[in-house]
Amino acid sequence: MPTISQEYKTALRSVSVDLNNDVSLLIDIPDALCERDKVKFTVHTKTTLSVFQKPEFSVPRQHEDFIWLHDTLVETEEYAGLIIPPAPPKPDFESPREKMHKLGEGEATMTKEEYTKMKQELEAEYLAVFKKTVQVHEVFLQRLSSHPVLSKDRNFQIFLEYDQDLSVRRKMPRRCLVVSSRTWLKSADEVLISGVKEVDDFFEQEKTFLLDYSTKIKDSTTKAERMTRAHKNVADDYIHVAAILNSISAEENTALKKHLDKFSDMFEKLRKVEGRVASDQELKLTELLRYYTRDIQAAKDLLYRRARALDKARLKSKDVAQAEDNQRQCMQKFEKLSESGKKELTSFKGRRVVAFRKNLVEMAELEIKHAKNSVSLLQGCIETLKNC
Amino acid sequence: MAAERDPPPPGDAGQARFGEAEDGEDLFVVLCSPASLPAEDISANSNGPKLVDSFLDDDPDDLFAEATEEVSLDSPEREPILSDGPSPAITPIMAPRIDSTLFDQALEEEEDNGDTFDICISVSDPEKVGDGMNAYMAYKVTTKTSLSVFSQNELSVRRRFSDFLGLHSKLASKYMHSGYIVPPAPEKSIVGMTKVKVGKEDSSSTEFVEKRRSALERYLMRTVKHPVMLKDPNVLQFLESSELPRAVSTQALSGAGILRMVNKAADAVNKMTIKMNESDAWFEEKQQQFENLDAQFRKLHASVESLVCHRKELSLNTASFAKSAAMLGNSEDHTALSRALSQLAEMEEKMEQLHMDQAYADFYLFAELLGDYVRLLTAVKGVFDQRMKTWSKWQDAQLMLQRKREAEAKLQYANKPDKLQQAKDEIKEWEGKVQQGERDFEQISKTIRKELGRFEKERVKDFKSVIIKYLESLVQTQQQLIKYWEAFLPEAKAIA
Repeated sequence: MPTISQEYKTALRSVSVDLNNDVSLLIDIPDALCERDKVKFTVHTKTTLSVFQKPEFSVPRQHEDFIWLHDTLVETEEYAGLIIPPAPPKPDFESPREKMHKLGEGEATMTKEEYTKMKQELEAEYLAVFKKTVQVHEVFLQRLSSHPVLSKDRNFQIFLEYDQDLSVRRKMPRRCLVVSSRTWLKSADEVLISGVKEVDDFFEQEKTFLLDYSTKIKDSTTKAERMTRAHKNVADDYIHVAAILNSISAEENTALKKHLDKFSDMFEKLRKVEGRVASDQELKLTELLRYYTRDIQAAKDLLYRRARALDKARLKSKDVAQAEDNQRQCMQKFEKLSESGKKELTSFKGRRVVAFRKNLVEMAELEIKHAKNSVSLLQGCIETLKNC
Repeated sequence: MAAERDPPPPGDAGQARFGEAEDGEDLFVVLCSPASLPAEDISANSNGPKLVDSFLDDDPDDLFAEATEEVSLDSPEREPILSDGPSPAITPIMAPRIDSTLFDQALEEEEDNGDTFDICISVSDPEKVGDGMNAYMAYKVTTKTSLSVFSQNELSVRRRFSDFLGLHSKLASKYMHSGYIVPPAPEKSIVGMTKVKVGKEDSSSTEFVEKRRSALERYLMRTVKHPVMLKDPNVLQFLESSELPRAVSTQALSGAGILRMVNKAADAVNKMTIKMNESDAWFEEKQQQFENLDAQFRKLHASVESLVCHRKELSLNTASFAKSAAMLGNSEDHTALSRALSQLAEMEEKMEQLHMDQAYADFYLFAELLGDYVRLLTAVKGVFDQRMKTWSKWQDAQLMLQRKREAEAKLQYANKPDKLQQAKDEIKEWEGKVQQGERDFEQISKTIRKELGRFEKERVKDFKSVIIKYLESLVQTQQQLIKYWEAFLPEAKAIA
């Protein structure tokens, strides 16, 4: 059962901006355990706020607890004008599990060395999935803690502090009515948002932008995933080639032996580099795109809520004077929502741009580093072989 | 770089046979590493009962004529072997006049030039001739050489694929049964060719033509590198004559083709039934070694083909990501970020081509070399089979001789003078055949030793060269990668 050690943590880079800056409330996930299919996160909080009972504490949480927290926030009417940070996706070990299955099937045809290396690769992939899921859960909490309004949410505080099993609390009645099917709501929202006549230029622009951008970014995420997977396949092939070259070299008794040895060794070294290139690309590019696909969706959700509020406000205007008060209230709500919404969307864009910049720069730097490393390995090998 | 030669294993059993000082053999000694071969007396090759003098003197016709035996010319190969003309089962094989002087000259040349062989063949300019199903590709074959055996220093002819197959089948039928490793011809491909014939101008048919062109070039170079093949009139004719008689019997479903398949089947049966007493440890060891090498090369070939496939996939996926990133950049409303995303898209487009180029290098340098060697190793295994057949023939002759002697013994008491005389004549005949069989066996064993030595030398050279070339291709790709990313980095940093 892999756990996360501190060294891995330092290697993690959040796809969002560095969030954990405010000393009054610092949150991180220093540790996580994987038990069968369930991941148990250790949520660690350090705070100077008096609302908490202790200055420092840790609680175990499951993925479902995070979802509960997210849904609760979404359904809180006061937060309608805020972009609620997207819920972390469910831990998905499907890909390494499938690979493990294939490895088991192919065991008979591989050499012991090959098998060991493939197993190493598999473990690395498993660990990478694990790292990623910890990261997205951590970022979710840090987004909340750095938000001026959401960080004060009572449910959030309960989530951080409550040292009993949260699943009991999760079943408690919620403050607002829950919407049953998300997909149903989504399509209704799409209709609403495209139909509603927009009065505000800012929101008109945002609507156009977000609708288009969300499709494009979803597509880019998929294509980036495929690209990364192909890269991983190439790295895996290097393992097989290295292993077979090694076997040939072992039985070789001509002048070729040294060449085959070095050649096999080179493939082994290169596959490590290629593997890192693939995983860096995954983390910096694919993860970035994945995250912002979700975040764009959260921004869209804000627009939907606003559209619904506007619709509600307008509807009431058809009724008799008795509903005037009601209407005024709705209109007020709508305006407040719009105001906060505008702020949120603007800061969201800023956040997005900064995150993209950071990750693209880091990815370019890493790619250059890896390529230079490969070049020096290869040139060293060629030199040796030419003098052989 | 001096290529290493396998030193013959110590002891009697493995000793190469050297007769009295003979031109060819002197050279042979010269080529071997100095420490190894003492000028031995003719030591018994333990497979045969008696010593035989140097046989290079013998009448070549005697050496090679196999008038009565049904012999399949083709060693069991993966693809149907293409031998020219009527089936060998019908006509006696004409002995190639392997003039020992020619052989010596070839060795001399190789010795003089060290590792460089002064002939260079290129296959180029594929051109489609004709239309529809009768169309074919014609290739230009250019030979540049300073060897005297050619009429000019630079020759150019046009040849089609079946011409190459025809050449190979002629060489195979002449030399294979004597234990020479005849370089195998490139494979036929019905699917590939049909696409070309019907005029599909897409990338897969251009790729197919290029793959074939490259394979034909490698085939010819391998063939002329073989000192015996180089002197063969068929090879010279192939490279020089403007007109070549069409090799029709290379088609798989011709009458000759059917006969080939029948002979191949007979061959396979024979192989199973011949149980040779291998008393020469060297051969046993070598055979095992080449079996292993064959298995490993096939595995490696499969792995490298998988690598090629995945790299091509990477290239395609990069291309589609590039398009998607471009659209994302267009959609992005923050100006600087939008620009950076467009630049990312452009860069990924360049990466697509880079990955594809590397995939081609993976294929043409690495995968094709392995493919060639898998086919060559099949030819090597075939040569061992030929030796086995030669041995078997010799054993059969011995058996027959025994029977004839027994028959004669019986006739001694029968008082049939003319029958007795006939029996005595037959004994004489079979004694001759036994001697011939033994000579043949020893000759083929000797030839095979030389051939294997040459093969290993070539293999070492080929692989050394390809390994370095391939690594250099990887370096090039990585250096280009650095350039692309370094160009992108400031664009990413410019996002404000």
